[in-house]
Amino acid sequence: MTTSAWIMLGITWAVISFFTLYFFAIILRRKGNKDT
Amino acid sequence: MKRAEHWGTRVGLVLAVAGNAVGLGNFLRFPAQAAQNGGGAFLIPYLVCFLLMGLPLLWVEWAIGRHGGQFGHHSAPGMLDKLGTAHWLKYVGVFGLFTNLCIAAYYIYIESWALAYVFHSFVGTFRDIAPTAFFNNFVGADHESIFYMPREALFWFLLTLALNSFILSRGLARGIEIAALIGMPLLVLFGIILAIRALTLPMDSPGIVQSPLVGLNFVWEPDLGGLGNPKTWLAAAGQVFFTLSVGMGSIHCYASYLRKNQDIAANAMAAGWTNEFVEVILGSSIILPIATAYLGLEAVQQATAGGSGFSLGFLALPTLFNNWGWFAPLAGAFWFGLLFFAAITSSLAMGQPILAFLEDEYDWPRVKAAIAFGVCSLFLGLVCVWLYPGGAFDEFDFWTGTFSLVVFALCEAIIFNWIFGVDRAWEEITRGADLKIPQLFRFVIHYVTPAFLLVVFVGSLISPESGNWVAAFHSLLSGNGWPFAADSVIGKIFHVGSDYRWFDDAGHATRDLVMDGTRVLLSLVFFGIAWLVYKAWKKKEGAR
Repeated sequence: MTTSAWIMLGITWAVISFFTLYFFAIILRRKGNKDT
Repeated sequence: MKRAEHWGTRVGLVLAVAGNAVGLGNFLRFPAQAAQNGGGAFLIPYLVCFLLMGLPLLWVEWAIGRHGGQFGHHSAPGMLDKLGTAHWLKYVGVFGLFTNLCIAAYYIYIESWALAYVFHSFVGTFRDIAPTAFFNNFVGADHESIFYMPREALFWFLLTLALNSFILSRGLARGIEIAALIGMPLLVLFGIILAIRALTLPMDSPGIVQSPLVGLNFVWEPDLGGLGNPKTWLAAAGQVFFTLSVGMGSIHCYASYLRKNQDIAANAMAAGWTNEFVEVILGSSIILPIATAYLGLEAVQQATAGGSGFSLGFLALPTLFNNWGWFAPLAGAFWFGLLFFAAITSSLAMGQPILAFLEDEYDWPRVKAAIAFGVCSLFLGLVCVWLYPGGAFDEFDFWTGTFSLVVFALCEAIIFNWIFGVDRAWEEITRGADLKIPQLFRFVIHYVTPAFLLVVFVGSLISPESGNWVAAFHSLLSGNGWPFAADSVIGKIFHVGSDYRWFDDAGHATRDLVMDGTRVLLSLVFFGIAWLVYKAWKKKEGAR
């Protein structure tokens, strides 16, 4: 793997993992189908 | 009066929508598209299209769905009817039933292959028989006649279809939601196990010709030169479009079971980003590294020509797993199990709008509607099974799984923005939101997303030979006409590149006959659904 490939992979994986966890955290914090 | 159905849990809903989006394309199509479009060069347009077209379209579809649900409509015709006063709006919604029914028919057939391959991986079939020979025999492609009915494939198809109908008949919370809560975590677990194994294959193990990281490097090495190529952008937009399962009517359907003030903004994001996690992180870390390690990068590039990873996934991987000793049957079962879970969570999402239409507009009980879906899918699916060697399958895939999606998404984006109105649209998207959507997206949803969709639509209509737009414009300007690609919509309609005839010299039916017959069948299905919509509304008007 070249350095630029590692950088591209690292940034993309980090961004996607961050947003996936971030939005799941919102959902788990406000679980309710019944709270609205 | 029927009791309104709702989701059991919010996580269940998000996993069901994510499961709808996560399909075979995440593991087979995405790596192949990346490999064919310059590797790392593909990723930048892909992410841009995801942000400017994919995410906004998700919000649009969730909003249309929740809005329609308030009026008791859980399928596209009723939902679109409520976006304006024009009578024709409901007929645009016919696409939202047509695509789901027709895609389900052939998609469940592929799903059944994955289930059959789980079984054959477990029992070690691929140790004795080469997967290519097995597959051709399995689907009847090695048979002389193009009208051959393969028995084993038919058995697995019926089994998978029955399973789908059974889960659908159990309802939203007790059927689809449970399937998503079991299937999605298992899919991710299998994916992580296979990705770790793929990326840590030692160079001194038997059969290895190249480091698996060479395959990974190919996907991730940025090649900024490719950014100027329209083909790369169109391929990226197409992949984002298909991976999110937009333009089908299934997201609308799932969202319609939400209450008026329940969040859609965060739900849509969680489902969309989960799909990206599975596609970009897991999808790029399994098939390409393993295939590169055992076959070499050049062979992988050849095998993915045409942008499908099918031959790598179903024909190459079962053999390559044989190098893994005792782990081989498990690896095969994990891989095809993963594909099966990815597929069934999607096919259930295709079935639900059909059930919802029959329940809402014809007052059918759920079990009767599930059986009707099963019977219709069986009939259409049998055409795919029976005429697979004749090309019926490809016709279904092109007209329903590719073209109709783009048409419907473009129509809904225009209707939502300009008939329903952008102010009401924005209010609908942001009402009850658990996150603040930046105002910038109001502009993006209004102008940028429809423009992207229009480009994808025109691109699919007139895409040139080899995707070479520059050469095509040169050809047009020099008076030689536009060189339509055989797989463009115009090229398909006029059978470009084919020696068009219905019977060969010996009087046998040709693929052209099967293709034309399939198109007639698909047209009949479309107009049949439109007639059902007409009858349902006529009945309602009569009752008022």
